[in-house]
Amino acid sequence: MDWLTTVDHKKIGILYLIAGGLFFGVGGLEALLIRIQLIKPMNDFVGADTFNELITMHGTTMIFLGAMPLLFALMNAVIPLQIGARDVAFPFLNALGFWTFFFGGVLLNISWFAGNVPDAGWTSYVPLASPTYSSGHGVDYYVIGLQIAGIGTLLGGVNFMATIINMRAPGMSFMRMPMFTWAIFITSALIVFAFPVLTVGLVALMFDRLFQANFFETGSGGSAVLWEHVFWVFGHPEVYILILPAFGVISEVVSTFARKRLFGYSSMVFATVLIAFLGFMVWAHHMFTTGLGPVANALFSIATMLIAVPTGVKIFNWLFTLWGGSIRFTTASMFAIGFIPTFVMGGVTGVMLAAAPADYQYHDTYFVVAHFHYVIVGGLIFGIFAGLFYWWPKMFGRMLHEGLGKITFWTFFAGFHLTFFVQHFLGLMGMPRRVWTYLPGQDFDTMNLISTIGAFLMGVAVIVFLINIFVTAAKPRHAEADPWEDGRSLEWSIPSPPPEYNFKQLPLVRSYDAWWRVKREGQAEMPVAEPPGPIHMPSPSIMPLVMSIGLFIGGFGFMYDKLYLAIGGIGITLVCMFLRSVFDDHGFHIEVEEQERGVRS
Amino acid sequence: MSAHQHAEGLLSHEPEKATAEGRNKILGFWLFLGAETVLFGTLFSAFVALRHNVGDGPTASELFELPTVFAATMILLFSSLMSVFAVQAMHRHQVKAMIGWLVATVVLGLGFLGLEIYEFNTYVSEGHKMNTSAFSSSFYTLVGFHGAHVAFGVLWITLLILQILKKGLTVVTAPKIYVSAIYWHFIDVVWVFIFTVVYLMGKVAG
Repeated sequence: MDWLTTVDHKKIGILYLIAGGLFFGVGGLEALLIRIQLIKPMNDFVGADTFNELITMHGTTMIFLGAMPLLFALMNAVIPLQIGARDVAFPFLNALGFWTFFFGGVLLNISWFAGNVPDAGWTSYVPLASPTYSSGHGVDYYVIGLQIAGIGTLLGGVNFMATIINMRAPGMSFMRMPMFTWAIFITSALIVFAFPVLTVGLVALMFDRLFQANFFETGSGGSAVLWEHVFWVFGHPEVYILILPAFGVISEVVSTFARKRLFGYSSMVFATVLIAFLGFMVWAHHMFTTGLGPVANALFSIATMLIAVPTGVKIFNWLFTLWGGSIRFTTASMFAIGFIPTFVMGGVTGVMLAAAPADYQYHDTYFVVAHFHYVIVGGLIFGIFAGLFYWWPKMFGRMLHEGLGKITFWTFFAGFHLTFFVQHFLGLMGMPRRVWTYLPGQDFDTMNLISTIGAFLMGVAVIVFLINIFVTAAKPRHAEADPWEDGRSLEWSIPSPPPEYNFKQLPLVRSYDAWWRVKREGQAEMPVAEPPGPIHMPSPSIMPLVMSIGLFIGGFGFMYDKLYLAIGGIGITLVCMFLRSVFDDHGFHIEVEEQERGVRS
Repeated sequence: MSAHQHAEGLLSHEPEKATAEGRNKILGFWLFLGAETVLFGTLFSAFVALRHNVGDGPTASELFELPTVFAATMILLFSSLMSVFAVQAMHRHQVKAMIGWLVATVVLGLGFLGLEIYEFNTYVSEGHKMNTSAFSSSFYTLVGFHGAHVAFGVLWITLLILQILKKGLTVVTAPKIYVSAIYWHFIDVVWVFIFTVVYLMGKVAG
């Protein structure tokens, strides 16, 4: 019960980790089924329809229900600790965000059991996704599932922006914030300004499908290209929503295990802001072949190439941080170091794709598939692994097993490059993406086989990681407060896992890398900014869960034209909002003498 | 929290910013309005892209009657002014005056909604429905989203009036009043754009 009502950011982080991990597993299984189907030419392991469903659900699940929640897991687990806060600005909204994401994801995946699976691709382009060409309920699951999950993400974005602006410990100015906090701050801003665009797109598609509206019905004056614009105005910032947090993690891990201050901190901050800003200016590079004309293509082409500049700044800053450092090769640090060349390769193919004339050759081929897997898996997933190995002791009080971790790293690293490196060449040789099979004798056979073998290696890596988690969970909780001994930011100055209230007394921050500096001065604890006193905590609440269930029920009502379900579901949510407004949450206090309870010294 | 023990006289000039929770709420709400701006911006873009595609349905200049819409605009603008007075009364700790202004806000908001429902009804009877054309779909979605925001605001502010009557003006209720006021102004600003882009441009720039 405790977990259903919690508003504690640390527990919500763990919930995000479990739910995100679950959906990541589902998406991974879908990927394996895709790769089995493509292992040899003219395979008939799954049919063409099922294949379309698999690629649609793989993409949608991995991005919205796997990668983003795993990022939210790290955000929740770490951000309040890094800025020296006792919780996020809106603990209740934080729980609500988790539960809406979770039920949105469940709704989307129920489609497998309802026999109507979204099959119009993760981009759900019209007219394919229009009621004319996707008449079943499949795309409805996509539209409504993502809408509900999107509410959760938007709430999270608002929450973390407010948290980072308002809740920083005394002395922590913006330019003393750890790089991960900066990355999450900018990511949250991207979420706040990009997700509403998706909301509108999904509403429009939903109205087209459920209420015979004409947004995308060309026969009635609608515009199919409008969907492409709306989707990518959201979709491209989404790419940076995914990768910027990974940049943040890598900055922390590289700096910690090189035992050096992050090289070029202020240029890192500037580069992050610039990437986010440019990220809004480049959406039409997904639409070079749509026919927007040479001027539009040229402008978006140049804008896209510009992003390589701040990204390059980051790459070199990481290299210079490593340069001359006394590097420790822990699993986290290996993932971070493996990230650098892998991500560079994804970036290089990105610039290749940004050249509009050349893109006419690459468009919709496996070259594109290889590119975005290099940036999302080779970038984001490497970053998440690095972050999980790095912060696991802080989240759970137990160190993951390093030996198993290194097996995970090497199998994942090798499997990843086996899977996707050859796909560049498959694409250049003309294999289109999203085809369910191919004819023999086109030189596609061997590379597809290699790719499938690589995918299974990644599967093995994930299984080893799961074994690692179970092995670790069986061990006693004895991680030190600063288990890597080289921790630099505030989260390492408090016990692992931290007590419910995080900081008994709020810390006083006097520099960047505040905790590192305190250790260098020979002190064992952070200076404090306030006397000890009772700590105010928000009360747990079941309402976030109930509100999300309401939306979940309402979603089904809309989908299957059951008005009473739709009104009833939304009604549950509105009643909860009413109750939340009327009954004040007074919270409770943890008195000074109770503060030691449950905390290991 | 000791908020409830505060007598009214002890409230600060800006009671909405007296607590960390209040300050968080105001900042968070501004950020949320940023997201809302993008939401309406996208709806406007879709409308502008599709507004000439009327198919067999009526065009904007055939449909719109500016006097009604102008009346609705004035009602909403005055409603927004009422909520300014409400917040000023709150800063002077005049609870009764504040409630009066809030009631005026809500009444004008209801008047606006009534006009909008009447307007939509007329359009539907003239053959301008959700599924008539791309113009009609994007019109109803944009203006309807705004109307739904007004309806939500009316319910919300009504609920807040009842809460103030029961709990009085405290550091817990003050941020709610303040935040609902900026929400109401935001809805008003969106309407100014709807009036210009949808109605005036529809009538004049056909």
